Amino acid sequence: MADEMKISKTLDLKGLACPMPVVKISKGIKEVEVGEVVEALTTDPGSLTDVPAWGRTTGHEIVETSQDGENIRFLIKRTS
Amino acid sequence: MEQLQEQIDAVKSQIEGMQNKTPENKLAMVVFSGSLDKVLAALVIATGAVAMGMDAVLFFTFWGTPVLRDKKKNVKGKDLMGNMFGTMLPKGATDVQLSQMKMGGLGTAMMKSLMKKKNVASLEEMFGLAEELGVRIVICEMSMDLMGFKREEMIDYEHLEFGGVAKFLEEAGTSKVQLFV
Repeated sequence: MADEMKISKTLDLKGLACPMPVVKISKGIKEVEVGEVVEALTTDPGSLTDVPAWGRTTGHEIVETSQDGENIRFLIKRTS
Repeated sequence: MEQLQEQIDAVKSQIEGMQNKTPENKLAMVVFSGSLDKVLAALVIATGAVAMGMDAVLFFTFWGTPVLRDKKKNVKGKDLMGNMFGTMLPKGATDVQLSQMKMGGLGTAMMKSLMKKKNVASLEEMFGLAEELGVRIVICEMSMDLMGFKREEMIDYEHLEFGGVAKFLEEAGTSKVQLFV
């Protein structure tokens, strides 16, 4: 289960609108070591498209995306 | 042997030429408009670009220039036209209106309160974020001169420069993405 993955840092980005989720994630990912995982919690529906696009562009891996009502949760692994 | 060396040198200079033409991972944008909505869009794209690992440089010209005036700063010694323009044009990011649905200022006030409610960053906050992220801003010297603005009345911003069209084209020529807002 991906949920057993060790989370090194959690970013609570609930309520934040574009561009804040990707801006804060790009900052947060630099605060963990390569290979470690950041958990990002958002409510912005646009982040469902934006965070994967950010991952494809920067190369960081979106390990898991899940949604529960308006709450969205990303697990992101720092790759470089 | 000599011939081979010549060929190697030719290939080397070709590669160097190609490297100069290869765009950097950079966004260059002209901010021509001075309305709340359009400048907000420009700053969202610029800060988003930095989040995506890019450099970003914004070239503020014409109606975009007054947005960069500092509300707290007053300069003396302007001529009549300079004073007139100075009074009529918005003074800074808090002073600008929407491009549409103005409704005599009511539309702008409504939009600002809506932005607050929906947790969308204000223009001032976006300038702060842009500064923190290292977004560069170049102010068009010619626009400032036209409108009678002085350098001393522009905002304090860590990555602020003054320049002209050549500066923009140099930046745009080495950027992957170029936009005009």
